[in-house]
Amino acid sequence: MNIQYDARLDGEPPHLRTQDEVLADLRQALPDMTLLHREEDLHPFECDGLAAYRALPMLVALPETLAQVETLLKRCHALGVPVVTRGAGTGLSGGAMPLAHGVLLVMSRFSRILDIDPDARTARVQPGVRNLAISGAVAPYGLYYAPDPSSQIACSIGGNVAENAGGVHCLKYGLTVHNVIKVEVLTIEGEYMTLGADALDTPGFDLLALINGSEGMLGVVTEITVKLLPKPESAKVLMASFDDIEKAGDAVGAIIAAGIIPGGLEMMDNLAIRAAENFIGAGYPVEAAAILLCELDGVEADVDDDCRSVRRVLEEAGATDIQQARDEAERALFWAGRKNAFPAVGRMSPDYYCMDGTIPRRELARVLKGIGELGDEYGLRVANVFHAGDGNTHPLILFDANQPGEFERAEALGGRILELCVEAGGTITGEHGVGREKIHQMCVQFSPAELATFRAAKAAFDPLGLLNPGKNIPAPARCSEFRLTKSAGDAPAPSPAPTRQVPKSQG
Amino acid sequence: MNDTPSHDSIQHDASEALAEHIRRADADGTPLRIVGGDTKAFYGRNIQGNAIAALSTREHRGITAYDPVELIVSVRAGTPLRELEDVLAANGQMLACEPPHFGPDATVGGMIATGLSGPRRPWAGSVRDFVLGTRVIMRQGSEQRFGGQVMKNVAGYDLSRLMVGAQGTLGLITEVSMKVLPRPGATRSLRLAMSPKDALDKLAEWGRQPLPITAAAWIAGALHLRLEGGPSSVAATARRLGGDELRDDAWADLREQRLDFFNTEDPRPIWRLSLPHHTPLLEIPGATAEADILYDWAGTQRWVRSAADDDAIRAVAGRVGGHATCWRGANGAPVETPFTPLDPVIEKYHRNLKTQLDPQGIFNPGRLYAAF
Repeated sequence: MNIQYDARLDGEPPHLRTQDEVLADLRQALPDMTLLHREEDLHPFECDGLAAYRALPMLVALPETLAQVETLLKRCHALGVPVVTRGAGTGLSGGAMPLAHGVLLVMSRFSRILDIDPDARTARVQPGVRNLAISGAVAPYGLYYAPDPSSQIACSIGGNVAENAGGVHCLKYGLTVHNVIKVEVLTIEGEYMTLGADALDTPGFDLLALINGSEGMLGVVTEITVKLLPKPESAKVLMASFDDIEKAGDAVGAIIAAGIIPGGLEMMDNLAIRAAENFIGAGYPVEAAAILLCELDGVEADVDDDCRSVRRVLEEAGATDIQQARDEAERALFWAGRKNAFPAVGRMSPDYYCMDGTIPRRELARVLKGIGELGDEYGLRVANVFHAGDGNTHPLILFDANQPGEFERAEALGGRILELCVEAGGTITGEHGVGREKIHQMCVQFSPAELATFRAAKAAFDPLGLLNPGKNIPAPARCSEFRLTKSAGDAPAPSPAPTRQVPKSQG
Repeated sequence: MNDTPSHDSIQHDASEALAEHIRRADADGTPLRIVGGDTKAFYGRNIQGNAIAALSTREHRGITAYDPVELIVSVRAGTPLRELEDVLAANGQMLACEPPHFGPDATVGGMIATGLSGPRRPWAGSVRDFVLGTRVIMRQGSEQRFGGQVMKNVAGYDLSRLMVGAQGTLGLITEVSMKVLPRPGATRSLRLAMSPKDALDKLAEWGRQPLPITAAAWIAGALHLRLEGGPSSVAATARRLGGDELRDDAWADLREQRLDFFNTEDPRPIWRLSLPHHTPLLEIPGATAEADILYDWAGTQRWVRSAADDDAIRAVAGRVGGHATCWRGANGAPVETPFTPLDPVIEKYHRNLKTQLDPQGIFNPGRLYAAF
């Protein structure tokens, strides 16, 4: 089944307006705002990081002031025109995929760091500020912003909030929801709301938790206050090689059982190791079935104690080799291999498709075996990169979109992998979001009653369904159709060809 | 240990009976007063409506899944909090948010519904930060699952964390999955005599350094600190900071409000001010003596004894970006408006959420605010 927006399955908009109609209205209300409408100007915005799926938006709005965003939302609300909000467009689940009948609201011009308070350890930033730029700006105070998605060099903090982005340090330092203390929001009706506070809690419901990860469907985030942490005094990384992936999985559990919470704990399988080593030359053992990267951070004396303990645990778990990065340069190199694993895998194959399931750690060996079997069934290779500490897996499906049918097979295989994660007691998305990409798997993970509750929460904020319609929560008709298609046979369902070839995407 | 409940906890699944009760209440429009151990009934407004029926979670109890290596525990709402903490402690783990009990009968459900956290909150996170998933019986009488039993999950809206602190006004929380953490390798508690101003200045300075502080409160003339972490760093930091040794259970006394500050002889209301980091000393109406204010959470949670006007106290907190809760009224009596009134736009969306999820208004109506 195709995931492109289909009004029959995803719901009709309240009014179908023509581009001319909306353009004339917005130009009159917002004469100073950049508004793109010619086809050639719209093309750069036709997809986000999920580049296999594209659609031209009706219009692209590039506001520069809050008042413009407010007016834009009020006009769209009055006209009944959908609004899709977009940040840097690095999302991997199609959360910012435009709608042919909707306005794409691009927040990239809101790119200022408004305030840094080193004593309170907070920074107030606009949504278009890049994730890594925050840590850069606060580094002189010995502080940093903890969540570090792989795309952190490019992704913006507004999108991080929309997706509740993670990274490689989540087990110890949490997700975006744990590191954002306050957001300013404009509702679809153009009302201003402050969710959260500079204080540690607020009266009433925790709407801040609700807006994190809501994929731009409850409001438009216009300002974010993030929590900053003091930079750890020391960070050291150990790399352990294993001749068996199950042993590596058990070693992860053994580290936790020893009472140690590493700052980062990552696993890669053989295909991913070879890809990364070819690409970066990080010194990875290309013969190993799996490697673990374990970073310990904190106060120097404790880090040294923990390094000794972890080394002992890894030896007992049957590691064939253990190396500790000798200096900062080698530590960076060990991580460079992991952080570039996606593009590295991309070099081994014309195209790849990145998945994002989370499973209980104890299910790791079984799920990896299942993924291998599914890969054989679909005739595709899968490399596995794994945030082992928190159970978040990123299987990378290798394929060639120029081979007829391969993209469809990759997509179907991806769906089966996610269903395997759900069966194992996990979830279809750990940090990339549902967007359009996993809209069908939502029908697998949640019951119709649970999906109805999600829709009720949405209706509390956006009863007309104008904010990012069709993302995150499937409409009942879509789930019915998906279930019908599935029961018609579990074979890879024929799906219309994507509108464009799949380029290699970043991670 | 796998996810078979091999613990000594008493297991009983009462979800069907609870669901049936809720189905009937929704059909009849009967307001429900949800009760666990009834230890935190003072926190919030009285349930409003006629013919209120009490709905007890106590029979729905037991740890349903706990694998220490996963750092995740799933537990039914009626389980005594003490029982959960004992099981975790036996495995060298803990609820890092350090929830207060306020009585021996406190339950897991009450911890989630109130969302109250203990002295470690500014460093480790709140109850909400450790919630990974919930099961909730919604008004239709179906048990629904939000979030999950994994560390990272962004599928659907985060209704699990929305339930934390909602005081049972959106649905009946029947089970929760939480992240747990290993107990620290070493703990030291210190007492350093100094003024509240010096304490706040010191804490701001130390806050920018990677020190193993996990509790900081200024109480009656001295800054009380707890250090937790590896034995090496705790010992080194204790040497550096100096001061006198403090009993480690002083933190439980603070958390459970057993300190003299909270004594019930004093007729004045107890206020809780929640404030931004690095808020200076504040002039709080009615709290003129130094001993009228207790600074917890490195100064971000201030307990105040004051009989001054509500609005005057709330204005002080509001001016610096915080809010004030009337924790206990005069002579311990319940109050009409314990929580700071909401901004009109925010209140509108609270009402919308309540109407969408509980249109009959059966779940703890009026518990947070009179309007919903």
